[in-house]
Amino acid sequence: MSYLEGYAPQLLEGALLTLQLGIVSLLLGLVLGTLGALGELSRSTVVRYFTLSWHTLIRGLPEILILFAVFYGSDLLFNRWLPTPIDISPYWAGIVGLGILFGAYASQVLRGALLAIPTGQREAALALGFSHRQIYQHILLPQLWRYALPGLGNLWLVLLKDTALVSLIGLTDLMSRAQAAVSITQKPFTFYLTVACIYLIMTSISQWLLQRYYQKTTRYLGAKQ
Amino acid sequence: MVIATLLSKNHTLFGGETMIDWFLTYPIPLLQGLLLTLELTALGLLFGLAVAVLFASILQSHWRFLHYPIHAFTFFIRGTPLLVQIFLIYFGLSQFAWIREQDWLWIWLQEPFICAVLALGLNSAAYTTVLLQGTFKTVPVGEIEAAKALGLSSLQILRRIILPRATITAWSAYSNEVVLILKSTALVSTITLLDLMGAIRQITAETYEMGTGLLIAGLVYGSLTAITVYLFRSVEKRFPPIHRR
Repeated sequence: MSYLEGYAPQLLEGALLTLQLGIVSLLLGLVLGTLGALGELSRSTVVRYFTLSWHTLIRGLPEILILFAVFYGSDLLFNRWLPTPIDISPYWAGIVGLGILFGAYASQVLRGALLAIPTGQREAALALGFSHRQIYQHILLPQLWRYALPGLGNLWLVLLKDTALVSLIGLTDLMSRAQAAVSITQKPFTFYLTVACIYLIMTSISQWLLQRYYQKTTRYLGAKQ
Repeated sequence: MVIATLLSKNHTLFGGETMIDWFLTYPIPLLQGLLLTLELTALGLLFGLAVAVLFASILQSHWRFLHYPIHAFTFFIRGTPLLVQIFLIYFGLSQFAWIREQDWLWIWLQEPFICAVLALGLNSAAYTTVLLQGTFKTVPVGEIEAAKALGLSSLQILRRIILPRATITAWSAYSNEVVLILKSTALVSTITLLDLMGAIRQITAETYEMGTGLLIAGLVYGSLTAITVYLFRSVEKRFPPIHRR
């Protein structure tokens, strides 16, 4: 790895942070997405319209704007309401921003998946005297995964690529490590191409794993239909 | 531009507090930014679409040896962040002395605007190629066979049968691509361009009114996406009923 002039460990460290950031915001995003999907399907009109307009808003704004809004905006908000000013670290701002983004898109996938489950199952459960909560818990949620996986997989790839934006709010991720290396070595092409390749490896492995996992979750579906 | 900076310098003394103040104080940088954002979106999309139609058509053809480079291209672009692609083109190309020595080329490639259009265009091209490749497959084989039986050349078939059909099938999916590129233009502020995001960042750097800047950015970008979606939907309503969704 001599062409990286000794910066390989730094890049690797950055890649690990990128991956970690991606996974934590994925988890947050899944929670937000599930809540969002339930909100959009809620029987309360207020909840429905609120979640719907929230998701439309988030999906209509540039990703970088959302990261800035969480990073600087939360600072403005908190320091107005709290007696002692607190600092939100770029790390958590990045996670919350990426999580909000993932959640807004994931809610659409999850909503679609919930609606894709045949209504006959819900009706049968109602006829058997299940409560709404029980229907979600025992019938809908366990099957949700299978329908939502392809869509969520694509969103994960988008999320992974969006992590590059956290370098703009001052996190020392893969991208900003490369920028630091470039400023010393004056070899922008070498380092940005390396970054691109590291991202390619991460996305390719994700895709491969998702494909395998998807085949596993749907292995009984083909026989039934 | 000079007037714009002068204006913004002068008004830090007064310090506007609301969004309306901003619009009154910095109308020129904000409008110029908006214009640049729209320009970049339009040029990037046009460039991307032209390349994508070419690539997707080649993928339909029998020239197998050309398929591999196109697949490699879409794989690379779709697997890496746009920010990396922008940096690779704007900063990366200067690493090679032989590029810098080509005067006619280097005049273009050292312009952040050209690099931004190139990056956005290539990015859009990759996603649109895959999109078109999928829609080309939905054209019924019978129609193509009928056209062949009538003696149309393959270029005529592409122009008269495949492309019109693909336009209608891909329309709503392409509107997503337009919104995506529109939002992605916000990244060009990282290579010194003063698009809408860049202009707002520059103003906030002077006034420290981060909240107002974020609100204005949200308002304008949100409206732009809403208008885009609305325009695409209203065109879709004019399609023959059989193609509506």
